[in-house]
Amino acid sequence: MKPINAMKMEFLSKSANEGFARSVVAAFAASLDPTIDELADIKTAVSEAVTNCIVHAYRECIGKIYITAAIYEGGRLSIKIKDNGCGIDDVQKAMEPMYTTSPETERAGLGFSVMESFMDKLKVRSKPQKGTTVVMEKRINQRGLHNDARND
Amino acid sequence: MKLTLTQADKQLTALLVGDIDHHTAKQLREEIDEKIEQTTPELLVLDFGGVTFMDSSGIGLVMGRYNAMQQIGGSVKVVNTTAHIKKIMRLSGLERLVTLA
Repeated sequence: MKPINAMKMEFLSKSANEGFARSVVAAFAASLDPTIDELADIKTAVSEAVTNCIVHAYRECIGKIYITAAIYEGGRLSIKIKDNGCGIDDVQKAMEPMYTTSPETERAGLGFSVMESFMDKLKVRSKPQKGTTVVMEKRINQRGLHNDARND
Repeated sequence: MKLTLTQADKQLTALLVGDIDHHTAKQLREEIDEKIEQTTPELLVLDFGGVTFMDSSGIGLVMGRYNAMQQIGGSVKVVNTTAHIKKIMRLSGLERLVTLA
């Protein structure tokens, strides 16, 4: 299906970019006229995924993080967050609530749980030494207001 | 991110203002822990009244301070949370450890 609107961005895996990344995605999603709660859900899920790239995927180095986002008919927002970092050995285990490989830095091990709870769909693909791709989707309730994304 | 620490009697209050994420949490926990060490309060109040965004880094922040306060026999109270912050805190089961108000 062809998106109504799409964007892509790349940035370095520096923690200062966590706020930058979630703000950009939120600004992109704004054309769907989300509620404050929906916007907070999106920002939080993006923040978790980007933090995973910084804390885990590129734990020993600085690498590039790629985000693409697209808006489809019916208010569906899709966000893909990709890294070329160390990858995840056992994705299922990594997605267990409270599982963390970084307890010393007070990581709660809730990143994937938050993404799963706050978005409608979550898919994680990973290959050790190749990287990880997280795809999330959320449907924004259309409240009959004008939709800038539909305007050519 | 701005942090204001105030001490009265045996209570230490940390007023948090701004976004709490992995980038800002480190500085927050260092400053709060330093004050806990200096003042050994009985109660640590984490005031989320000025928090504009929080992801699961905030859970780590609260849990870590809970552990620090446990070590000196104190407790933690979390106040002024928005519905969204409460939603994240509930995911972690934090309400079983600290008072959420």
